[in-house]
Amino acid sequence: MIKGLFVKKKKYATIPTGKVKQDVPEGIMTKCPECKHIMVTKELRKNLLVCQGCQYHYSMSSQERIASLIDEGTFSEYDANMISENPLEFPDYLEKLESDRKKTKINEAVVTGKGQINGMDVTLAVMDSRFRMGSMGSVVGEKITRAIEKAIENQTPFIIFTASGGARMQEGVLSLMQMAKTSVALKRLSDKGLLFISVMTHPTTGGVSASFASVGDYNFAEPRALIGFAGRRIIEQTIRQELPEDFQTAEFLLKHGQLDGVIHRSDMKKTLGTLLKIHTEGRLKHGGRTRI
Amino acid sequence: MAAELEFEKPIHELEKKIAELKSFMDEKDIDLTDEIKRLEEKLSRLENSTYSEMKPWDRVQIARHAERPTTLDYINYLFTDFIELHGDRLFGDDEAIVGGVAFYKDLPVTVIGHQRGKDTKENLRRNFGMPHPEGYRKALRLMKQAEKFNRPIICFIDTKGAFPGKAAEERGQSEAIARNLVEMAGLTVPVICVVIGEGGSGGALALGVGNYVHMLENSTYSVISPEGAAAILWKDASLAKKAAESMRITAPDLKELGIIDEIIEEVKGGAHKDAKRQAELMDEVLETSLDALLSMSQEELINQRYEKYKKIGQFGFVNDSIVVK
Repeated sequence: MIKGLFVKKKKYATIPTGKVKQDVPEGIMTKCPECKHIMVTKELRKNLLVCQGCQYHYSMSSQERIASLIDEGTFSEYDANMISENPLEFPDYLEKLESDRKKTKINEAVVTGKGQINGMDVTLAVMDSRFRMGSMGSVVGEKITRAIEKAIENQTPFIIFTASGGARMQEGVLSLMQMAKTSVALKRLSDKGLLFISVMTHPTTGGVSASFASVGDYNFAEPRALIGFAGRRIIEQTIRQELPEDFQTAEFLLKHGQLDGVIHRSDMKKTLGTLLKIHTEGRLKHGGRTRI
Repeated sequence: MAAELEFEKPIHELEKKIAELKSFMDEKDIDLTDEIKRLEEKLSRLENSTYSEMKPWDRVQIARHAERPTTLDYINYLFTDFIELHGDRLFGDDEAIVGGVAFYKDLPVTVIGHQRGKDTKENLRRNFGMPHPEGYRKALRLMKQAEKFNRPIICFIDTKGAFPGKAAEERGQSEAIARNLVEMAGLTVPVICVVIGEGGSGGALALGVGNYVHMLENSTYSVISPEGAAAILWKDASLAKKAAESMRITAPDLKELGIIDEIIEEVKGGAHKDAKRQAELMDEVLETSLDALLSMSQEELINQRYEKYKKIGQFGFVNDSIVVK
C-alpha cells in the first residue's frame, strides 16, 4: 500500500490547482480522482473526506473543517459579514465575488471564530479554497488579523488551517500588504507567549505560504498537500530542468526540514488536542507561563 | 550612453535635430539662432510634459533601467565607513542581498538592500538581485545584530522578486520571507525602507516592514510583475503595459492607497541621469525620517509599525451575514 501511495503521487503533484473545484463530492457515489476507488458519498463524508482506498484527502470546505475539529455547538464566528470591495476597480471582480458567495455560502475566503477543541478554548481561522482559490485580499488579511487580536484579548491559542493560491491579484499591492499586516499581529501574539499552530492544507502557496502559514510555533500539513512559494511551472521555466515528482508536496517539505509533521486528517483533532493540553496544563502548573 | 527608453524617443529626436542644426550653423556660417531657440523651447516644453505626465509603463521602464542606481550606489553616496558583512551562518552568502554597518552622518546604522548587477557578469553573481532564502536569513541576522547594538536599520528594496527555483524551495523560501516579516514587526530600533527600483512581491516585502516606507518617484511596488499579472489575468504576458496601468504599482498609486509614507522626488528623467543628485534628494527624506524615529521609545516604534500595517486594506460589511452552521 505504501508503494501504491508513491505511484499515485506523480499524478497528484501535477494536478493544476483548478482541479480542486471539482474535488468536493456531490453525487450518491464518488469516484476517487486518484485511485478510482468508488465510495458512497455519505461514507466518504463520515470518513472526513478521505478515500478509503488510497488515503487521498479531498479538499474540505471551511464548514466541514470546522465541524471536524471543533466540539459541537461551541463555535461562534467573527466578522462573518465582512466583504470585499473593489479598490482597483478591476472588471468583473465584484461579479466573481458574488458568484463565489452564492456557491460557497460564505462571504470571503476565510472563516474565523472561537470554539473549543476537547473542551479547550481556541481561536480558529479556516481558509476555504472554493472561494477565489482561497486567495488573500484585504478581507482575508483583516479577518485573520482581527482573529489574532481576539486570541490575544481572550488569551487563547490561535490555530489556522491554510488553503490558498496566494495573494489576490485583483487587489494588487493591498493584497501583498496583508502579509505584513498579519505578521505584525502574529508577532504581538508571540510576544504575549501565546501558542500559534499552522496547518497547511492543499494548496498553500505564494503570499500565504510566505507569511502566516510558515511561522507557526508548530507547522503541520495534511498528506500530499501542495505547499510552496513559486509555482511549479514558473520554476521549470526559470531553471529549465524537470522537478522531482514529489516537489512541493507536504512530504517533500517534511524531508527538507520545513514541517514539524504531516498529519492524517483522522488524527488531526487528536494531535491538536494533545498539543493544546501540553500548553494549557503547562500554563496552569507554572503560574501562567509556558516556560519554567 | 543610457539605453533609450521608448517614451523618451521624441525628446531624443528633438535633441538630435537641435544638435544637427547647431553643427550646420557652424559649418555653413548661417544664422539659425532663432530657429534653434524655438526648438530648444519646444524641447523644454516636451521634457516637462513627458516627465510630468509619466505613464505607469514609463515608470516601469525607468525602474528597470540597467543604469539605475543600486543599493551599493546609495551606500557609497550617503554613508561612510561601510563594512560589508556576509553570510547567514546557516548555508551560504547570497550576493543578491548586501548588508553591513556604516555611519550615516555621525550615526552608526545597519544598511541592507537587494543588489542587482551592473553588467551580465555581476548579474550572474548576484542572481539579478533575486534572493534565495540565505539572502533573507543574512538580512535578518544583520537586523538582529542592529537591534542588539541599538542601531537604526535602513533597507533598500530593489528586486523583481524572490528567486523561483528548486534550491530556494528546498531551503524554505516561504519560511525565510515569512520569518523576516514577523521579526521585522518586532524590531526595537527604527526601520526605514526605501523602494529604489522594483519592489517585486514577497521578495521585496521581506525587507519592507518598516516604521517608514518611502518610494523613489519612478520605482514600483507590486504583488506581481506586470508581465505575470497579464499572464494570469488575460493569459497573455504581452499585455504587461495594460496590467501596469490597472494594477496601481507606481509611487503615486501607493501613496494614494495609504501604503507608503513619502514619494522621494527623482531627478528629471529618472535617477540614472544623475545618481549623486538623486542621493542628495534621498538624503533629505532619510534625515527627516530618522530624526522623527530616534525620539521614539522601543515600545512606540513597535506600536507605530503595528498601527501602520493594521490600517492597510479596504473592505465593507453586509447586514444579512451568512453564518456558518
